[in-house]
Order: sequence, then C-alpha cells, then structure tokens
Amino acid sequence: MSTTSTTPTAAEAELAVQAKQAAVHSQGYWAGVWKRLRRDPVTIACALVLLLMFLAIVFAPLIAPHDPYQGSMLRRLRPLGTDNHILGTDELGRDMLTRLLHGGRLSWFMGITPVFVAFIVGTTLGVLAGFAGGRVNMAIMRITDVFYAFPSVLLAVAISGALGAGIVNAILALTLVFIPPIIRVAESVTTGVRNLDFVDAARASGARAFTIVRVHVLGNVLGPIFVYATSLISVCMILASGLSFLGLGTRPPEPEWGLMLNTLRTAIYVQPWVAVLPGACIFVTSICFNLLSDGLRQAMDVKG
Amino acid sequence: MFFYLIRRVLYAIPIALAVGFFCFMLVQIAPGDPINAIVPADAPGDLVEQVRRDYGLDRPLPVQFGIWLLKVVQGDLGRSLATGRTVWSDLSSAIWNTLLLASVASLIGFVLGCILGGLAGAFRGSLLDRAATSIAVAGVSVPHYWLGMVLVVIFSVQLNWLPAMGAGPGGSADWAWDWEHIQHLILPAVTLAVIPMGIVTRTVRGLVAEIMNQEFVTALRGKGLTRSGIFIHVVKNAAPNALAVMGLQLGYLMGGSILVETVFSWPGTGLLLNNAIFQRDLPVLQGTILVLAMFFVALNLLVDLVQTALDPRIKRA
Repeated sequence: MSTTSTTPTAAEAELAVQAKQAAVHSQGYWAGVWKRLRRDPVTIACALVLLLMFLAIVFAPLIAPHDPYQGSMLRRLRPLGTDNHILGTDELGRDMLTRLLHGGRLSWFMGITPVFVAFIVGTTLGVLAGFAGGRVNMAIMRITDVFYAFPSVLLAVAISGALGAGIVNAILALTLVFIPPIIRVAESVTTGVRNLDFVDAARASGARAFTIVRVHVLGNVLGPIFVYATSLISVCMILASGLSFLGLGTRPPEPEWGLMLNTLRTAIYVQPWVAVLPGACIFVTSICFNLLSDGLRQAMDVKG
Repeated sequence: MFFYLIRRVLYAIPIALAVGFFCFMLVQIAPGDPINAIVPADAPGDLVEQVRRDYGLDRPLPVQFGIWLLKVVQGDLGRSLATGRTVWSDLSSAIWNTLLLASVASLIGFVLGCILGGLAGAFRGSLLDRAATSIAVAGVSVPHYWLGMVLVVIFSVQLNWLPAMGAGPGGSADWAWDWEHIQHLILPAVTLAVIPMGIVTRTVRGLVAEIMNQEFVTALRGKGLTRSGIFIHVVKNAAPNALAVMGLQLGYLMGGSILVETVFSWPGTGLLLNNAIFQRDLPVLQGTILVLAMFFVALNLLVDLVQTALDPRIKRA
C-alpha cells in the first residue's frame, strides 16, 4: 500500500463520482464504457461464450444431430465419446448433445424472462417510490420489506409449490422473487439522484414531475439498475433450473437442464460424467453472466 | 439504544404478521378449493361440507385468517394430508436437522470466506487476490445441487470414501457426534457451504480493502505499528458488517437448503418441503414455510441488534 499517500480523500472521490454522474448524458460516457470493456479480456471472453451458447440454442433444431425426444432402449446411458453420440446418451437412450442444445432454450428463457419482467416492474415501482417519497415510498418499501423476510429460494419454492408445477408458474414465482431487490436498488439510486442540484434546477424552471423523471432521473438511474439486474440473471438461472430439478418447472419429456439433471440423478452410478453434464451447462452460463455483470459494473463505474 | 431496541422489536411484529398472511394466502392461491388441502379428494360430499364448517372455510377470508392465526400462535399448524400426523410433529425433528446442516455449512463458509476475503483485501491486485476472487465468483455461480452430485460422483461413487445420502443410522431421530453420523454430514455441508463462502469472501474483501484505504490506517502505519497491530484495527472495523452478512447467510441457508437436502436425502425441512410439493400436501408446505420464514425474521432482528450493539459508529435512537 505504498500508493496510499496519493489516494484521493473521500471528499475528492465523491466529487469525482458526482462529476461522472452529471456527465452520464454526454456521448463520451458510452464511448468510455466501451473502451474500458474492450480492455477487459475476461468480460469479452464471457460475452463471447454466452453469444456462442445463445446462437447454439437458438439454432438447436438445425445443428442438433438427433431428435431430442426420440430415444432407444438399446443404447441407454452410453459414455462420453460414443460413436454418433459424442456426449453419450441419457437414461432413455436419447442423444445428450441434442438434448443439451434443446434444453438450453427453456433454461435460458426461464433464467432471463423473470429478471426482465422484474426489471421493468421493479424499476417502475422503485423510481416511483424514490421520486415521490413520503407515503408512496412508505407503502411500496414496507411491502418490499415483507418479501425480504423470505430467503429467495424459499420464496420461489413456496409460490411455485402452491401454484403447482409448470413453466408459467415457475416464471411467475421467480419474477416475484426478483421484484423486491430491484425495487430496493431503484429506490435508493433514485433517492440519491432526486436530491442533486440539476433536478432542483429542472423543478425550479417549471418542468413537470413526469418530464423530470423521464429526462433527468431515468437517464441517471437506469444504468445502475440494469447492471444490478444483469447480476441477477445468474441467480435466476440457478433458481429456475433448481425449480425444474425439484419437479416444479418443466415436465418430462421436455428437455431442460435442471430437469435433465434430476432425471439423470440415478444414473450417476452408471455414467457419472454424462449425468453431470446438464449441471455443467448451468454452471458455465451462470458464471459467464456473473463475470459479464461484474465487468459491466466496473466499465460503467457503478458503485455497490 | 434502548429505544432503538424497542422500536426494532415492534417493527418486526407487522413484518411477522405480513409473513403469516402470505403463508395463509399460499393455500388460497393454490389452484382448486382450499378444502382440498384439508380433506382428501375422494372424501364423501357431506364430510367435506362438515369439515368446511368445522374449519370455518365458509366464513369470509379475513375471519378465516384470524382463526388460522390464533391456531398458529398456539402451535397448531394443522395436519398432514399424506401421513395424518400433525405438521409440527414432522417439522420439529426436520427443523433441527436443517439447523444442524445449515450451521455447520455456515461455519465452513464463514471461516473460508473470512480467510480468503481477508487475504484478498489485504493484498489487493496480487495473485492471491485473483485466486480468491475467482473462487468467490465460482462459489456464487455454481448450481449447488449440481455440485452436490459432482461431489457424490467423486467421493462416493469413484473413491467410495463417504456415504452419498441420508443422515446415518437411526435416520433423523438420533444424531450423535460420532464418525458414523458425521461422515453423512460432510458432503451436504461442504456443498451448502460454497454459497456463503463466495458471498463472505466478496464482502470481507471489499470491507478490508476499503478500511486499508482509510487515513487512520496510514496514520497507524506512520506511527510504526506492526502488521499484526494494524490487522487488529482492521478486524475491529470490519467485524460488525461482516457479522451481519454472515448472520443473514445462515438464514438463507436454512431456507435454501431444499435443493441440497433433496440431492443428499438429508431428513430436514427441505426434504419435507420436497415431499409436500410432490404429494401436494399443502398444510405441510404452509407450515414449513411459515416456520422457516419466522426463523428468518427473528434472525434478521437479532443480526440488526447485535450489529448495533457491536458497532459504536452506528448511533440509532
């Protein structure tokens, strides 16, 4: 820590942050973000891996070598590297590579949709709470507190367990899990921006509340909320596949990574390395989204 | 401080009530008539009507909530549809098993997290920091139910060192701290520990790095304090926040162990929930979630109070 003497004081650092916040609207900001992202090999690599996976699952019907539903009892649980079935076959003799490619579609859909919906709903409510303050803030934030009284896994299991198995119910449950944390983040950044001078200036010059929110607040709060939301995709992916793993999401024979992991559970004594493949897919996706979110956070200079 | 304590405890009451209401509503939002949560589907019609009256299910919803709440406060969580036993009789043994698993997992996660995070924060930018940060990211990104399966493949199937499932001889009833039982605890506890390990590592790293950057550390160094002397100052500054994060993690593990318990057939609340979901045993589902959530509310309160008591910088009135 020899550089301690040159570290700016807390007050100076805060001024720098404020200056950056004020500069958010200028074009140079996004150019700077992109420049920083380009110099970050880990983030770029993760983005590339995710892009490749995305393309692979979107074009799964075209590139998958076999039918995802058609199995054969004669070739159940073949090991990795089998001729014609490079990643082996599952407990019903279906080609693993094909099912992993097709399974990614539902896993990704269930991992991203809840966060996306929660981002829209949570941002709306959070910005409303932060900007309106007073009783509106009280009402929204106290209801949010109630949801914070549940660990997220438990909340997801509770809601989808009560509603019954199914993709729609699982997505609904996960959306409800992710709305409260996004509300909290949106509320806190909005409260921070609301008290800045340029908002006062806009108000003094007669701008309506809606205009202030649209022009001055949203531009400054969407970035941090978005970065936070991207960090939730990884959690959502794990939770969504977890729900399917418990039998609460997709139903057989639909391919989905969590469900595949569940149906292959008994096969770990026969073909262990085939059985753990779907989980490896979840892991790779989840860690890439996590690192991508970290990279974005640093490039966009979002605190917290 | 005293008034803060009173206010914080009073504030937990509406939260607990709202959590209770949420759990009550779980049965209401379930598709179909809530009466099906009490009587089996093949019960004769007049019996169904009688149970409906007995349970007050013909009354308005707020009245029903009041009746339900009164029963819950007295410890009556209803009866399981599948076994006919009271929910509490199954839950009471399960909750201890989950508490045992979650506590051991938290302990492992906290110790590793503090060591990794502390080292990473103290030597920021070093190779050590990168390694610790990578482990932390992997820890929070790994689907732990999958990690559990991988550990079973390695340590049970390939090496045959540790048992793959269950809680040892005697099942859930008699736990003892001998190898027969402990060997069953190792894999699930390690699996569950990766999440708090990742989160604690990240938190402690951030805290230590922030504290090391503060001017008082420079001052301490300037006056010639040894490394270990500075270390004590850093620990004292980081402890309250780190403890708060750890306390909440224990709560998350209590509620979040369902997947790991399913993988290892650990006879805790998670397995109970899983079976309840599978059999659509709504009273068990409702009771288990209520008790776990209440535990989390209480833990939240405790963490808040301990943090306030430990940290003289927080002046709450």
